[in-house]
Amino acid sequence: MAHNAPAICHPDGLTQRISKALGKQLLALREAHDELHIIVARTSIADVLMQLRDDFAYQQLMEIAGADYPERAERFDIAYCLLSVTANHRLTVHVTTDADHAVPSVCAVYPSAGWLEREVFDLYGVIFDGHGDLRRILTDYGFAGHPLRKDFPLTGYVELRYSEAEKRVVYEPVSLAQDFRSFDFMSPWEGAQYVLPGDEKAPVPPAPPAPAPQAPPPAADKPAKAARPKSAAKPKAAKPAAKKTKG
Amino acid sequence: MAETFDIPTGYAELTPDSANSAGDKTIGNFTINFGPQHPAAHGVLRMVMELDGEIIERVDPHVGLLHRGTEKLIEYKTYLQALPYFDRLDYCSPLGMEHSYVLAVEKLLDLEVPLRAQYLRVLFAELTRICNHMLNIGAHVMDVGAMTPNLWVFELREDCLNFFERASGARMHSAWFRPGGVHQDVPLKLLTDIGEWCETRLPKLFGDAMSLVVDNRIFKQRNVDIATVSKADALAWGFSGPMIRGSGIAWDLRKSQPYDAYARVDFDVPVGTRGDCYDRFMVRVEEVYQSARIIKQCLNDMPEGPVASLDRKVVPPKRGEMKMSMEALIHHFKLYTEGFHVPAGEVYVATESPKGEFGVYLVSDGSNKPYRCKIRPTAFSHLQAMDFMAKGHMLADVTAILGAMDIVFGECDR
Repeated sequence: MAHNAPAICHPDGLTQRISKALGKQLLALREAHDELHIIVARTSIADVLMQLRDDFAYQQLMEIAGADYPERAERFDIAYCLLSVTANHRLTVHVTTDADHAVPSVCAVYPSAGWLEREVFDLYGVIFDGHGDLRRILTDYGFAGHPLRKDFPLTGYVELRYSEAEKRVVYEPVSLAQDFRSFDFMSPWEGAQYVLPGDEKAPVPPAPPAPAPQAPPPAADKPAKAARPKSAAKPKAAKPAAKKTKG
Repeated sequence: MAETFDIPTGYAELTPDSANSAGDKTIGNFTINFGPQHPAAHGVLRMVMELDGEIIERVDPHVGLLHRGTEKLIEYKTYLQALPYFDRLDYCSPLGMEHSYVLAVEKLLDLEVPLRAQYLRVLFAELTRICNHMLNIGAHVMDVGAMTPNLWVFELREDCLNFFERASGARMHSAWFRPGGVHQDVPLKLLTDIGEWCETRLPKLFGDAMSLVVDNRIFKQRNVDIATVSKADALAWGFSGPMIRGSGIAWDLRKSQPYDAYARVDFDVPVGTRGDCYDRFMVRVEEVYQSARIIKQCLNDMPEGPVASLDRKVVPPKRGEMKMSMEALIHHFKLYTEGFHVPAGEVYVATESPKGEFGVYLVSDGSNKPYRCKIRPTAFSHLQAMDFMAKGHMLADVTAILGAMDIVFGECDR
């Protein structure tokens, strides 16, 4: 460990105690970058957090962070960042879900979850079951869509301006003065997983197998090599002759 | 000729609801809009308040009016290009925001920072804390009716901004902390000036300003026993920073989970006893003196040496080196176009920003851009507690409660 980020010490035997206490609710446990992450079943998240709060003294829920992985079967990952001020420890609990399956709300366990869940709902469209006040929080009144999904464009769909004619703020579809440009500076030698622009026009045939190394010509063949230009010149000489016959 | 008046919607919109009749008169609760254009709302905060006379029954803060999509934008930028967005979150304490981000990137890279850079970061993070508290303390006392102290402490804030300008070239949006260290070294004269300022001007001017406030009868009447928060409530609502310390919990990430050079400096953590607005105010006042103490230790202990990691795969070389070395030129070009790649993984790094725990949950997929960068603002959890803190108080107390919360909407709305 060389970095100077906030130092977190794991209490002895914590992972064993957690995995024992959670039993079947615990799906996976991983330790990376000095941080402890556990992945639990979606339906049991409220029970798990209640247990962690009461038996493991994680008094504070600092953050609920959503993330979108469109290629996964359950595309949304929701991370609950817990903090214990008595044990001085942090733990991150993950659940996965998709747009159709609701996650049980944890407002009853941590009141601070209220706005945090509203934010995840607003930005990702994840439904929290039993929330009671699941309104949008960060986006505009009457906003449509969930902007932090990976399939939501950076520019959005509408823009607003004050219209002098109508004396009010009006919404209009986004019109870009130039195309949205996303430059890709990734080195083509380091895992660029795409076809370079223009390459799609020429379907690349499968590369021919590497030529077998030619045996070095025996020393006796040297005169034959010198004769090669002569033979190459022959068809050239024949070509003008063919033209002449045409004319 | 009859005149008609249009009642303007917005600030002074009054609508009677739930009418109860008592005798001949109709008595009902009023729902009013506090903000979004209100000088005491510290930005664009709209609070829908239900009032029974002057007593607050319910508060529903509407945030998000300053939402700029920072997290979405960061996903389209390289790690270095994402850094200046952090200055623009909490624009009153920009370097405190950068601190969490650079530490998160360094944690994913597992990159070591030279000791001088660690001290410089701590020094300027504490200067940022003083700068932030000068604004908050001044605004708080002005919200409850005092004018003079605000004008005095703003001079100190101006001094801090001048120091930032001399270090980075920018008064507010410094972008001076970089993954691997800081952008450039500071001149010696700046360090001696900061040391002198901590010895003379800061304690004198700040002490004078606070002598007008802390024992003032009116100030105490407006703040003592207003919005008392118990220890259990402070924990449950996710409080941090001066808000949790005001409630009597000695929790400071600089002490409990030290980062950079905080483990090498000595300072005290002030806590409140009653958990009211006055305690939160006084915690900030004491923190200013403690920050000055940390700054002096940094100035004494700071070694000579490089101010950024020498790992040329992350930290670009300086201009002078580029004139002499082809390799440095290549590194410079690559780092400012493609940027550096961060190994796949996810971290949650939180530091003690002047307003509380400011966290960055950073997910990397191994490319040169963050896959996801979730910012944990301090104001979100504090403002959420507004309803239970303001309930039963008078309308005029809302400004004191908001002032003691220390909220900035650039950070809250992102």
